[in-house]
Amino acid sequence: MFKWKTDEFSWVDFTIDVLRVLIVLAVVVGAWNTLSSGRISLAQWVNLFAAGLSQGSIYALIALGYTLVYGILLMINFAHGEVFMAGAFTTVFFAEALNRTGFLNEQPLLAILLMIVFAGLVSMTVAILLERIAYRPLRGSPRLVPLITAIGASFFLQYTFRGLYGSGFKAYPGVKALQGAFSIGGINIPVAQVFVFCSALILMLCLYWLVERSRIGKAMRAVSENKEVARLMGIDIDWVIMFTFGVGGFLAGSAGVINGLFRPQGVNFYMGFIPGIKAFTAAVLGGIGNIPGAMLGGLFLGVIEAIGPNLVLAGLGIPGANQLKDVIAFTMLVLVLIFRPQGILGERLSEQKA
Amino acid sequence: MAPDEPIVIGGMLVISGAVSYLGEDSLGGIELAILHRDGQLLGREIEFVLEDSLCSAEGGQAAAQRLSADESIVGVIGTNCSSAAQGAMPIISDAGLVMIAPSNTSPSLTDEDIAAGGSHLPGYFRTSHNGLMEGMRNAEFATDVLGATSIATVHDGDPYTEGLSRVVAASFADLGGAVVFEGAVNKGDTDMASILTEIAVVNPDVIYLPLFEPEINFFAAQMQHIDGLEDTVIIGGGASFMAGFPENTGEAAVGIYVSGPLVTGNAYNTFLAAWDDEVGGTPPSGYHAHAYDATNILLEAVAAAAVELEGGGLLIGRGAIREALAATEDYPGLTGNLTCLEESPFAGDCATGAALAMFVITEAEVYDDNWPPPVAWNFASDSPGQAEL
Repeated sequence: MFKWKTDEFSWVDFTIDVLRVLIVLAVVVGAWNTLSSGRISLAQWVNLFAAGLSQGSIYALIALGYTLVYGILLMINFAHGEVFMAGAFTTVFFAEALNRTGFLNEQPLLAILLMIVFAGLVSMTVAILLERIAYRPLRGSPRLVPLITAIGASFFLQYTFRGLYGSGFKAYPGVKALQGAFSIGGINIPVAQVFVFCSALILMLCLYWLVERSRIGKAMRAVSENKEVARLMGIDIDWVIMFTFGVGGFLAGSAGVINGLFRPQGVNFYMGFIPGIKAFTAAVLGGIGNIPGAMLGGLFLGVIEAIGPNLVLAGLGIPGANQLKDVIAFTMLVLVLIFRPQGILGERLSEQKA
Repeated sequence: MAPDEPIVIGGMLVISGAVSYLGEDSLGGIELAILHRDGQLLGREIEFVLEDSLCSAEGGQAAAQRLSADESIVGVIGTNCSSAAQGAMPIISDAGLVMIAPSNTSPSLTDEDIAAGGSHLPGYFRTSHNGLMEGMRNAEFATDVLGATSIATVHDGDPYTEGLSRVVAASFADLGGAVVFEGAVNKGDTDMASILTEIAVVNPDVIYLPLFEPEINFFAAQMQHIDGLEDTVIIGGGASFMAGFPENTGEAAVGIYVSGPLVTGNAYNTFLAAWDDEVGGTPPSGYHAHAYDATNILLEAVAAAAVELEGGGLLIGRGAIREALAATEDYPGLTGNLTCLEESPFAGDCATGAALAMFVITEAEVYDDNWPPPVAWNFASDSPGQAEL
């Protein structure tokens, strides 16, 4: 901080420093006002925090797809939100069928596992087809080309699914075993939220193991490091890239089901857009290309979004604070890009990657 | 008008497209109204000319243009959709004609204040309830029936939901209640925890929620997990009076009140029997009685405005019809006693808002596809004082 005192004076640095101070001041004053007024009880804070953590774990699962692909291809797959939608939307029908037969409430764990695998496979298929049809022919072209293609693919997928399943809203059936709440010292935490967080955590640990400990994970890391050298080492690059898209897709699909347990309503063809953008924000927040970064970024974003409006904005006397939740999310993105472009956990990217 | 010429009324209904059932619904009401008079008015044949106004401003404009070009038309029934009415109204008004809409609810159509989004022009009338009346009735229900003393309102920035929220809040305050929270969510929001927490801080008896799907589903479902809102009741607006709402919300929908149209009474049962005989089956939507009433008050106005000429001719001035229609008072219709109001924001509103009811969602709607839900309160018969509008 205050670099300009020692180095040559620069208006840019000065402005950024002033900005830093103002932001910290706003957060401190807002939080102080809210907390000292005592309007919101401890139980309510815990409620908000728990919901934020669950939402964050869903962001994290989707964010991993962005980060995996970026790590290997250095491209942002903007159609990834639609990969999430594909799994979530398709599985709603499967879930309804499981509910009708009563299986969902007789064997909730098994049924949910089935749903997750089903959604994962659907999204995986969509992601792999996307890579094979839309991105692979463009490999080696300027970086803007696949980016624009991804946006086009995103619309294509949205309207394909609208054509398939219609434009109405669907909802995941309620699971009896996940209703109710754990009560700890007068604070109620819904069972569904705990379940959502834990299952997301398990999936993330599986991914970590896959990338760090397995043979294919080693290949993925090698391709990410240097494609040409990896090819010389006998690694089938095309296969590894396809596998990466598949893994990202599987996580997105399972996030679709987990999201359906957490927030069962509002399933439609457009549901992937906002989570997609938020997850991208989370990936950048954590450091794009960095796997633990995406996980941390997602959780962080979820919690900030949940607590920020009530804690900071309401404390500053801003009306309609809850409507500015998205503003908080995207302000975080801008701030990270200004102050720490490499993200929370990101390393400085090499020239080639940046 | 020569002695043997028929009296021609026009229709602008939605005949094609996704909501064509609304047009069929109104058409049946209009035909039954004409049939009820044996197709005769003032000793002349009644002729009905129908144009498709679609459910868009452009469709309304085109239909209005075709009808206003026909000099023999004395008045028009339509449109079904508020958007089509926006397109049709300037043309109908310029031509000196009248239009009576059987199923428009947008408050802007009877509001003359252009700065506030109003678009009313002389010649526009409707027999369907104004969204604002729905709001007033809902506020009345909250205070008189539920005994609520505090209310929170939440809209989504849409002029329709925002208008309703404002009316409910104002009416609730007029009735002596406290408006403790007025807020909004964004369209597309899935996380309602932060606004719910804000509402829990003020802990109202009732939350008025005119939202659409899916925001209303998220809101209702997540309310279960918020400390401090265990005893708060949700009243949903007409936007949630749809079969998919309880199922998509799940268990949390049980006990939510939603308002919607309801017509009852002996005259209405006779009407339904006539429908079965003449049209067949049951009406496909909820505004056929409104179309029946619209046709009747138009024909009454034509009769009142007509001047017999020597030699059997008839003089019917368009301006006179408009005046006669505006003077409609306590006309006994199927949907209640119709009185056409003149003051903005109710300019041209002929409905009383009595053909409305409050329904309550039960487990049968959530789990067994039952629709419509049971009536919790019928404004026509259960209201203690029929609050003045």
